[in-house]
Amino acid sequence: MSDFIPAKFCPGCGYPIALTLLKNVLKKNDLLAKSVLGLDIGCNLLAWNFLPISTFQTHHGRVVPTMVGFKRARNNSLSFALVGDGGAYAIGLQSLIHAAKRDEAITVLVINNTVYGMTGGQTAPTTLKGQKTDSHPEGNPEEPMMGPELLKNVVKPGAFLARTAVNEPKQLMEFLEKAIQTQQAGHFSLIEILSFCPTNWKTSGMETIKYLDEKLKPVFKLGEVL
Amino acid sequence: MKYNFVDNKNRKLMTGAEVCVQAAFDAEAKMMYGYPITPATEVFTGWIKRGGAYLQTEDEIAAGFAICGAILAGQKAFSATSGPGHILMQDAMSMAEGMRLPFVLIVGQRGGPSSGTVIYSQQEVILSCFGGNGEGLRLVYSPSSLKELYQLTRQAFNDAWQYRFPAIVLTDGYMLKTRGVVSLEELKIENIPPHQLVPEDKVTHWQNIYTFEDDLYYEINSAKEDFHKIADEIAKAEKYLTADAEILLVAHGIVGAVAKEAVQELRKVGIKAGMFRPITLRPFPKKELDKVCGWESVKKVVVIESALGQLARIVRDQLAPEIDVSFEYLQKPGLGIEVEEIVKFVNK
Repeated sequence: MSDFIPAKFCPGCGYPIALTLLKNVLKKNDLLAKSVLGLDIGCNLLAWNFLPISTFQTHHGRVVPTMVGFKRARNNSLSFALVGDGGAYAIGLQSLIHAAKRDEAITVLVINNTVYGMTGGQTAPTTLKGQKTDSHPEGNPEEPMMGPELLKNVVKPGAFLARTAVNEPKQLMEFLEKAIQTQQAGHFSLIEILSFCPTNWKTSGMETIKYLDEKLKPVFKLGEVL
Repeated sequence: MKYNFVDNKNRKLMTGAEVCVQAAFDAEAKMMYGYPITPATEVFTGWIKRGGAYLQTEDEIAAGFAICGAILAGQKAFSATSGPGHILMQDAMSMAEGMRLPFVLIVGQRGGPSSGTVIYSQQEVILSCFGGNGEGLRLVYSPSSLKELYQLTRQAFNDAWQYRFPAIVLTDGYMLKTRGVVSLEELKIENIPPHQLVPEDKVTHWQNIYTFEDDLYYEINSAKEDFHKIADEIAKAEKYLTADAEILLVAHGIVGAVAKEAVQELRKVGIKAGMFRPITLRPFPKKELDKVCGWESVKKVVVIESALGQLARIVRDQLAPEIDVSFEYLQKPGLGIEVEEIVKFVNK
């Protein structure tokens, strides 16, 4: 299997960056063979054959319980759940909270681009207040949801919660290493990754990076949440 | 009258729930994911009390998807549910149908719609057979006795893992809570071992959603062909006094057992009744039904069920259109049906 399969993501999307960094970390630690990546539904489903590790698609909001079942059945695996902000914090939130509370030894990677990307840019739980979306053309009336901060209230000692961004590769790789160590120690880990969505943000290349740095980062604080 | 209760040391007094638990252990199931719901709770708690590995999840959706994950890793996992929980479980069942996962689910039907009643109905037939946004390519078994509940639960695990279709053992709260004498030791059934669907030694990429309509069309057709190939082997029915029957009673599950008794009563008063009881609802024993209904003697088919025509819909759909018989229906949604009612209905 070749290491590289052309991405099916939109030009400028942040997913391939996060996925490539994940692959680099796994490769460096010789963990590719042990790793299994479950995919939610949304843009993350496009990752189904992007990496040289085993992957499968599930249902929207259901990748976390699926990986709970997988990990419990194959304890020596490194089980990752890749999910968007809607899958993690809206339709799948109930399962996410309980997986975190039970300290399931899985690693959840939440791609936060503040919109439902695949369906055309509707409001997500992470959409900024006032942000215009396809489902709130006059602007989102709600404050965005803080996933890792929410989970901080339920996780057990030893869990790892953090937030970083696709344009912070050093920190992202450092957090991935920590999340993997956390899973290997038998605990729950989640990294929220702020990501680009130029298609739905309707931004050019430079504007996209600026938008993430100037609009998202001041609201969603980067760093370890625990 | 003299009873001999010790003629077989293997005979035990068991509830239907205990029978299911025994069958799951004997099938070498390794994990149960569940959520308490009447009348299926005792399958879960019975499994737990006997030391089975389990997780009580936040809801049936999570239980269902955790089972999908476990199966992908190669573990025999299962659940038991009912009514509203069964509806939630259909989300994962749909994934199991799409990805051909050997998902085993025991359903103890309760009344519906909505939360309905908590003990009995035959109203989850369509949900079991055709629930989800798919084509009903799953195996559905309907036992009429505790012994058959055991056999079919074992068979559900075996057929699911051998042929890779999701399997539902469709029973009800009466059956799960009924205590009866059963002898299971003499039922020797070989287990089909599980296998890893995501192998440890090979990278696999598994799709569940397709970019092109043609790809999905190909997948469904290939699953349909596999389903049709095994249909003759799996589809089963019990026939009782059908050879010269003029009136054919069609019923499934415990109503089937009642219909059989009704046939005996009707014969006593000179009515040539017979019974056809589908043991599998998916695949349906269509060929056998066609054969029985095609005989010249059969004038009328009476479909009897504790639902408003769910079995009747399947029977009419499956029966070859050129077979000319008239239909009558005895339907009591959510209510048990007694022998006398059937006799009275037929002999009116």
